[in-house]
Amino acid sequence: MAEHRKPLPHPTPETKDFWDGTKAGELRLQRCNDCTHTYFPPRPFCPECASRSVSSFKASGRGKLYSYVINHRPAPGFEHDAPYAIAVVELDEGPRMMTSMVGVEQTPEALVLDMPVAAVFEPGNEHLNVPKFRPAAGAAR
Amino acid sequence: MKPGSVAIVGAAETTEMGVIPDLSVIQLHADAALNTMKDAGLGPKDIDGVATAGESPVAIAHYLGITPTWLDGTAVGGCSFMLHVRHAAAAINEGLCRTVLITHGESGRSRVGAAGRWGSPASLQGQFEGPYGTSGPPSSFTIPVLRYMKEYGLTHEQLAMVAVVQREWAGMNPRASYRDPITVEDVLNSRMIAYPFHLLECCLVTDGGGALILTSADRAKDFPRKPVYIIGTGESSETPMVSQMEDFTTSKAFRVSGKKAFDEAGISHDDVDHLMVYDAFAHLPIYGLEDLGFCKRGEGAQFIWEGNTRPGGKLPLNTNGGGLSYMHSGMYGMYALQESVRQMRGIAPAQVPGAKISIAHGVGGMFAASGTIIMSNERP
Repeated sequence: MAEHRKPLPHPTPETKDFWDGTKAGELRLQRCNDCTHTYFPPRPFCPECASRSVSSFKASGRGKLYSYVINHRPAPGFEHDAPYAIAVVELDEGPRMMTSMVGVEQTPEALVLDMPVAAVFEPGNEHLNVPKFRPAAGAAR
Repeated sequence: MKPGSVAIVGAAETTEMGVIPDLSVIQLHADAALNTMKDAGLGPKDIDGVATAGESPVAIAHYLGITPTWLDGTAVGGCSFMLHVRHAAAAINEGLCRTVLITHGESGRSRVGAAGRWGSPASLQGQFEGPYGTSGPPSSFTIPVLRYMKEYGLTHEQLAMVAVVQREWAGMNPRASYRDPITVEDVLNSRMIAYPFHLLECCLVTDGGGALILTSADRAKDFPRKPVYIIGTGESSETPMVSQMEDFTTSKAFRVSGKKAFDEAGISHDDVDHLMVYDAFAHLPIYGLEDLGFCKRGEGAQFIWEGNTRPGGKLPLNTNGGGLSYMHSGMYGMYALQESVRQMRGIAPAQVPGAKISIAHGVGGMFAASGTIIMSNERP
């Protein structure tokens, strides 16, 4: 059977800046220049006030583990990883994003909700890396 | 819509249900449609409106020999058929068409003539969820639940109980895929699919279809079956990405759609005799009970645990056995509507005695969209 590779994103013109950021080791978010709303996923306008005047900025890359499942039925490319967590982290800046947890056992005991996490970047291809999160110092908040 | 101005005069499912390897997707639509036309005493020349999801309404109309003056291809996942009912009611009231056929068919298990399942890697889900190993609804629809468990103290046993109660209902339904009684222990001992969800807390994957015919209430009395009036409707959407839900413990789409339907119907929760909440996974009925306003936030699981939704309970819920035990083809909303119609006609296998008002509440995608239909066998 052919070995499946993990799916990688295909950036669009509207998301390219985010993925360029991952190549530079930065987690980038967007902020509205008019109403200051910070949001994700990227788009060239503010979903709060519809302003087209928005900026990208380098986020702290820090957040907390918001929720997750531990998947026992692997997606193509994840056969050797199962069971593995599919997580959502809440970033310190507010937005949440789906991610994987690395550097930690994929068990309910090790993955404690609200534990602090920090972004790391796993090699993807010549255009992008994949942002993932590892446990960070400090206790669950 | 004006409550009670439109009625369901035809309703039927596919002849077979469960595993149907000898019918393709479009023929599942057609089989359900033919059974429904027979139920209403109509032929294709009597239908002038067609709505469907999954297939194109153009394809369905042509396949069945219908010349439509109104088409609706709204496809927002499993609740699409609730939205079709709502849109059809508006269209009939506006005079765009007189008699609408809504069809569903899906070869969820056998995959005969079925389209591919995976989205584009350039879509937002493809870019921001796919790379993390989501493998369909079992590993994405379920993600909010640990947060819910932490916020409200929902236990694994309470989650398991949802499946246990629905199996009780399925035991009363000869067409249900799984009918043998199960216990909380059985659920928790079943194979882990995506922690905290075990196999028995996930919906089935089966083949089947269903269809509905709607017309104006004034015409409805001339049809062979007892009319089932549409008295309240709602729809909404939140996000195509489960990770971007505003609050993981409640569905905004559920709340907006449900409130709209209740307001339109002008009824209170105490008036509701029967409830269907699309149960792709065991947490859905809990969210549904709370977001529709039957329970306070955080109290839905206890409401089920205490037996309120069981046979003989005060709010019979998912009386066909639901997606967990009856059938789940992929877009289950049609079967929730079918069971509400059966209950209102008084012919359900697990009939709720004297039921006059039923709600069929659907979800599309992973909490992405929602539709709510309130029906009654009495014209308001």
